[in-house]
Amino acid sequence: MQRTLTIAKREFRGYFNSPAAYIVICLFLLLMGFFFWNPFFLVNRASVRSMFDLMSILLLPTAPALTMGLLAEEKRQGTIEILLTMPVRDPEVIIGKYLAALGVLVILLLATLAYPISVSTLGNLDWGPVLAGYVALLLQGGAMLALGVLASSWTDNQLIAFFTSGIICFAFWMIGRFLPFVPQGAASVVEWISFDYHFQDIVRGVLDSRHIIYFLTVIGFSLALAFRSLESRRWS
Amino acid sequence: MNDVMIEAQNLVKRYDGVAAIENVSMQVRRGEVLGFLGPNGAGKSTTMKILTCFTSPTEGTAKINGCDITADALGVRQSLGYLPESTALYTDMMVLEYLEFAAEMRGIRGADVRKALKQVVEETGLGDVIAKQIRALSKGYKQRVGLAQALIHKPPILILDEPMTGLDPNQAVEIRDLIKEIGRERTVVLSTHNLAEVQVACNRVLIISKGKIVADDTPEGLRDRAGKSRCVVTVQKQGDDSFAKQVEATWKSLGGVERARLLEDDDGELSYEIVPRGAEDLRPVLFKTAVDKGYTLLGLKREGQNLEQVFRELTTGPEPEAKSSTKAAA
Repeated sequence: MQRTLTIAKREFRGYFNSPAAYIVICLFLLLMGFFFWNPFFLVNRASVRSMFDLMSILLLPTAPALTMGLLAEEKRQGTIEILLTMPVRDPEVIIGKYLAALGVLVILLLATLAYPISVSTLGNLDWGPVLAGYVALLLQGGAMLALGVLASSWTDNQLIAFFTSGIICFAFWMIGRFLPFVPQGAASVVEWISFDYHFQDIVRGVLDSRHIIYFLTVIGFSLALAFRSLESRRWS
Repeated sequence: MNDVMIEAQNLVKRYDGVAAIENVSMQVRRGEVLGFLGPNGAGKSTTMKILTCFTSPTEGTAKINGCDITADALGVRQSLGYLPESTALYTDMMVLEYLEFAAEMRGIRGADVRKALKQVVEETGLGDVIAKQIRALSKGYKQRVGLAQALIHKPPILILDEPMTGLDPNQAVEIRDLIKEIGRERTVVLSTHNLAEVQVACNRVLIISKGKIVADDTPEGLRDRAGKSRCVVTVQKQGDDSFAKQVEATWKSLGGVERARLLEDDDGELSYEIVPRGAEDLRPVLFKTAVDKGYTLLGLKREGQNLEQVFRELTTGPEPEAKSSTKAAA
C-alpha cells in the first residue's frame, strides 16, 4: 500500500511538473465556461443541471489526455524497467498511477465548483442535485480514467493510447443513444452497459447501489486487464 | 553462510520461438565483480532482465540471494540494485526528489530516507547537482543518478547493464572507478562491450555469444588459456614468389609450431605469424633457423594475445557448442 501511494505521489507531482495538467484543466474550464454561461441567462433559472451534461461530454477527451502517458510513456522512455525491478507488485503500479490520475480529476472537479457557487449567488440553488452530479462525474470520470490506464498499458505510443481510450470511452458513452435501433431483447443490456444511463440516473438524484457497482465494476475490470497487460511482458 | 549470491540454472528465453539465450548457467559469489561480455544481441540484457525479474525465463531457474526469481520476485528485487542499459530516469524530477522516490520504493521510511540519501549522494558524488532537474544533467551525472537509485537501499547485489555506454572517456573512467569502489563490498554483475573496463574493474569474466556461455574465467586466466603467445617474424623477400611458400613451409616443419601463416607480403618484406603448440617461447629456434637457412631477418617479436583477441575468437568463431571453460574464480 505504501508503495502504491509513493507511485501515486510521484505521478501526481509529475502532472504538475509539466504544463500538461495545467493545459488540460484550463481548457476544460474555459470550454465549460463558454458552453455553460452562454445559454444560462436565456434559461433564467438557477440550475446547474446542464453543467453536468456538459462536463460528462468534456470528460471524453479529458480522461484519455490524463492517462495516455501513464504507462505508454514509461515504456517509450524505458523508465518502466527501473520501476518494475523495484520491490513493487505490478497491481501496485497500476493502482498507484490510477490514483494519481484520479487525484487530478478531483482537482479538476473542485475547480468547477466555482460555477455552482456563482450560480448560487444569482438565485436559490438546490445543493442536493449538485452533490449528486459531482458523485456521478467522479464515478464516470473514474471509469474513463481506468479505461485510459488500460489503453495506455497496450502501447508505448501516447497518441495511440489517447485515441484508443477516447474511442472506448466514447463507445461506452454513446451506446445508450442507439437504443431505438437495438432489438427489444438486447435493449436493456445495451442500456445497462451505457455510461449515460447510470450517469443520468445519479444526476437525477437516484443514487442506486447498482449504478455505483456498475462504475466500480468497469474500474476494477479495466485495471485488472491493465495489470494483465503489464504482466504479459514477462511471458512475451 | 552461503556464499553464492546469484545462481542461474539452464536459463532459456525464447521470443516467438527464437532463442535469445540457451541453457545459461552461472554462479556468482559474494564479493565478485563479474564482467558479462558479449557482442550486441548475444543475450546479455535478456539474462539481466531475467535475473532482475523484469521478464521470466521460458525454461530454467535462478536464485538471487537465496530468493527464487519466479516464486519470490519481491525478495529478489529487494536484494538487488539494477541499472538498465537505457538508464531511463524521470527527467522531470529533481535528483533529490528522484532519490527520495527510489528510497521509499525500496521500503526506506522516515528519518532513514535522509540517512540513505546522504550516504548515497556521498558515494556517487552527486552533491553538486542534488537540487538540479535530471533533464539538465550531463550523461555522466545521469549515470551516477542511475547508480545512486540502485545503491540507495544498500543491496548486496548490483546488476549494471552497460553502465559506461555513451560516456566520454573521462566520464567512463569516473564511473568505472566508482563501480570498482562499490565492488569492494558487494557482488556486482556488469555487462559491457568494453574489454578494457573488464580488465580493470572485474575479477571474473563471463562471455556470452549467440545466447550461450562460451567462457567463464578470470581476465588473466582467459588470456592465459586462449592467449598462446604468438611470434611475428619478418624476413626479407628473396627470389620469386615461391620463396614466401618455402619460408612458410620451413616454419611449419619446426617442432613445437602449431601453425604458421603469411601475414603480410609488403615492399619486399614477408611477415609470418607463428603460434606455438604450448606456452614456450619460439624466438630462439626461429632465430637459429633463419640464420641456418640464410634468411635475412628483419624483425622477430613475441606477442601475448590480449582479451580483445580472445573475445573476437570466442564470439566470431564457429558456432559455440558448449561452455569452453567452466573454471570459476573462487
